[in-house]
Amino acid sequence: MVQELGYLRETPSQTAGPYVHIGLTPNYCDIGGVYETDLGSAMVNDKTLGERITVTGRVFDGAGALVRDAVIEIWQADSAGLYNSPSEMRGTADPNFAGWGRCPTRAEDGVFSFDTVKPGRVPFKDGRKMAPHITFWIVARGINIGLHTRMYFPEEAEANKADPLLLRIEHRERVDTLIAVREGSTYTFDIRLQGDRETVFLDI
Amino acid sequence: MSDLTNNKPEMGAFFARDRAWHAPALTPGYKTSVLRSPQRALLSLDGTISEITGPVFGHSVIGELDNDLIHNFAKPGESAIGERIVVHGRVLDERGRPVPGALVEFWQANAGGRYRHKKETYLAAIDPNFGGCGRSITDDDGRYAFRTVRPGAYPWPNGVNDWRPAHIHFSIFGHGFAQRLITQMYFEGDPMIWKCPIVGTIPDKRAIEQLIAPLDWGNTIPMDARAYKFDIVLRGRRSTMFENRKEGN
Repeated sequence: MVQELGYLRETPSQTAGPYVHIGLTPNYCDIGGVYETDLGSAMVNDKTLGERITVTGRVFDGAGALVRDAVIEIWQADSAGLYNSPSEMRGTADPNFAGWGRCPTRAEDGVFSFDTVKPGRVPFKDGRKMAPHITFWIVARGINIGLHTRMYFPEEAEANKADPLLLRIEHRERVDTLIAVREGSTYTFDIRLQGDRETVFLDI
Repeated sequence: MSDLTNNKPEMGAFFARDRAWHAPALTPGYKTSVLRSPQRALLSLDGTISEITGPVFGHSVIGELDNDLIHNFAKPGESAIGERIVVHGRVLDERGRPVPGALVEFWQANAGGRYRHKKETYLAAIDPNFGGCGRSITDDDGRYAFRTVRPGAYPWPNGVNDWRPAHIHFSIFGHGFAQRLITQMYFEGDPMIWKCPIVGTIPDKRAIEQLIAPLDWGNTIPMDARAYKFDIVLRGRRSTMFENRKEGN
């Protein structure tokens, strides 16, 4: 016999269910008066540094139908490429930018939308710079464990070509599923859970 | 959190998730998963700074009644109807260390199994004094607590006669976005647990048992509320013993 490693097992995930809004965005589902605002509904204020952008999109299931009951969370660096996190060792992030946002896909049209800033570049583990990106996390009824993915920027073609994560995608035609479509300052990032042009999801 | 610590903030990547312990994406017994599960394999990558970091919320976001679901939606002087309970526990990581400053959010149906949500059509009545949401931030030992009413079981359109066991949904932030977790807590002794297709998405019985909160008789408040203890384990961080690179990270 040897010693036991003594580690605990991670609590298993379960679906967020169709009523996830009660807990995560109660004001959105008409439960007013408990929290002043829904957490993650405002990522920027008047003093936030950087280029203002809107990130929007929809989520589709394997039959091409809109997923109207998802909640999307995003996490990103500030405009200088610093994360507003205690584990950020490289400097102090913009105090007027939380870096984190949360938005439901609307029941009417399935659209989510974030007003944020374009993130700066951050280093990969070996020092190479990753292309600017926003980390996404998607939960919904029917999703047993939250799905991680990333959105990249179409005007960053050079950086995207050298991005360590994008380079890991074996089927090169799938890289496009992680690159948003730009129109002015609005980036549209549609997420396809299954089937044709399925979004690349990450085990990270 | 205390300022009197010599511990450096941790920045190691997280232990790889054991995806055989969690439910797979495609679990046909839970019908909605059939069209909402990716068919392609996940792209694996050791955590980068984008996942090692994550938002941490200050205690200032928490209101006075945020962890009291019996009163946080009730009219003055009134309270929610149902069996009064306290739910408490610790948030730990896989290395058994407490996770302080973790935001824990929870939501649930009322005592009759009715959710306050416009999409919900179950004929059981709404409780005018019960909203169903709450939140807490763990203390230095990783502890959280809230009081509520025990939720009822409720029927759902999956199989012809499927009912969810009594459950409370939990959403937990650790210190890194890779630790992000949503799960459900069940109650000790509920026979409905073993009939539920959502519980049944989890392949290992020991993993299911990790979601069942025991009655915590010792912490029951006499003449007031029974207690249930629910500990939550988030992914552990790898020690950075041989990973200190001068390039950053």
